[in-house]
Amino acid sequence: MAAVREVPPDNDVHDEVLAATQRRRAQKVQIAAFFLFVALVPLAVHNRYYLHILIVVGLNLILATGLNLLMGYAGQVSLGHAAFYGIGAYVSGILTATYGCNPWAALLAALAVTSLVAWLVGKPTLRLRGHYLAMATLGVGIIVVVVIRQTTGLTGGAAGLTEIPSMTLFGRELQSNMDMHYFYFVWAWVCLLTVLFANLVESRPGRALRALHDSELAAQTLGVDTAAFKVRALVISAAYASIAGTLYAHSSMRFLSPTPFGFHTSIALLVMVVLGGQGTLWGPALGAVTITAIQEALRPYADYDIVVYGLLLVVMMIVMPGGLSRALGALYGRLRERVARHRAGDVAR
Amino acid sequence: MLRVRSVDASYGRVQALRGVSLHVDAGEIVTLIGANGAGKSTTLAVISGLIRAQVGDIQFDGRDVTNRPPHRLVRAGICQVPEGRQVFGDLTVADNLLLGAYSRWRRGGRSEVMADIERQFERFPQLDERRGQLAGSLSGGEQQMLALARGLLSRPRLLMLDEPSLGLAPIIARQFLDEVQRSRDEGLTVLLVEQNARAALRIADRGYVLETGRIVLEGTAQELLDNPEVQRAYLGKGYREVWE
Repeated sequence: MAAVREVPPDNDVHDEVLAATQRRRAQKVQIAAFFLFVALVPLAVHNRYYLHILIVVGLNLILATGLNLLMGYAGQVSLGHAAFYGIGAYVSGILTATYGCNPWAALLAALAVTSLVAWLVGKPTLRLRGHYLAMATLGVGIIVVVVIRQTTGLTGGAAGLTEIPSMTLFGRELQSNMDMHYFYFVWAWVCLLTVLFANLVESRPGRALRALHDSELAAQTLGVDTAAFKVRALVISAAYASIAGTLYAHSSMRFLSPTPFGFHTSIALLVMVVLGGQGTLWGPALGAVTITAIQEALRPYADYDIVVYGLLLVVMMIVMPGGLSRALGALYGRLRERVARHRAGDVAR
Repeated sequence: MLRVRSVDASYGRVQALRGVSLHVDAGEIVTLIGANGAGKSTTLAVISGLIRAQVGDIQFDGRDVTNRPPHRLVRAGICQVPEGRQVFGDLTVADNLLLGAYSRWRRGGRSEVMADIERQFERFPQLDERRGQLAGSLSGGEQQMLALARGLLSRPRLLMLDEPSLGLAPIIARQFLDEVQRSRDEGLTVLLVEQNARAALRIADRGYVLETGRIVLEGTAQELLDNPEVQRAYLGKGYREVWE
């Protein structure tokens, strides 16, 4: 497992003026600790079912992180994010299963196709102010599923696409019946994409995104090309979904059907981001874990989980609009304060 | 430096500017005064590319810049401090300033930007004390100072201020305008939009009066202060200004 080692502190003195530097260092430690913990999980968990669930959590985390960039930073909503996930999965699946392509080449091809679709959707709609992107992605979400179902010759239609080969790593096949290997593979991707995300949002483009989320007008007057940045955020967000799709296609099922890429999943992803806390580093992780757990718990009741999502959204908006991660952060702060006050009280006595 | 020639602009069907012409020379403070809805902010928005000019043209340094996208105008040296300050409330003071230098981050080099930020902190010590705080937690006056410092960090040659004294206590507004005057003395050119005509004319070199989208009067600041029409309509003749 490629856990992040803590990067030596910047010796760039100028960076010291930035309050952000401290936050970044704290984030690096958090990321390292989190992935170290994840790396140790398979030592305790041998059950294949649980490992499989944890792989799903990883995929959802990648999806939610990508969507978080779009929602929490660029301030735009995608109601069809599962479509990008599906395009990534199907392009990978078709290229490897039908055309015998190398899985890594297929991954890149899927990235290219997904990014292109996202760009085509975003370019015209993001020039407009308001939530036109939400409408457009809703449409794309529906169209993609219909296309997958109808182009039977290519995608296998509703019957599904079968016999997708395993992922390879350094020329060796990642045996899909060895879930532990694939667990590490997926979580290495999660780690890489999380680090990329953390770096992106703390850099100049990240500041530009947060600025335009805050006040689009002010961002424009400072020279931020806001329309271009929103399109870029959408494309990156879709690229994250595409990678998750490729990883899904080569996971232990090695089988694709249109069902997981429908509206249902798009909503689940949206709830993950809102529940966890948009615009935070750890929100998507919290959301992905919670929602995946709910999905598994409600599996016997099939599609009724969407009722739970609806309720969750409503309750979240009322109780903790900032999401779980902010609520937990506030709780931690209050506890620490109380402990400090308690100690001070002891001393006084 | 800036020359606006017979510009028309509208919001949907409502025409906001009718044949507005004005010019700003290097090193001047020029003010646009007028009532609510006269088109002052619209004029600035057209110059900074936020709203399209339907007719007319705008020249900056002798080059045509009509309807260029805003981010290119910022790079050309025109920066607007928008109305209502519009600081990024969820970001720290330091991050706000970094965003001010957004357009020259790549070209100018980081260290130069950092040195500029430190210079702004020296100039506005209140901001220095709060550099790690969220900008949303600052007072109105501090936010306006931050908006000014942020605007200056793009190293504009023409700075446009939209209603900077809006919502500020008179004494704070006055301090702010003194800072603007100081920037002018250091070589900046300023186009100032104000409702508080007396305060604006006090620091301005020249001014224009806008009424329902047209320029109805222009002159040096002193001429406008002495003009009976201006006195009656905008200065409230007979009333001593409360904060002077």
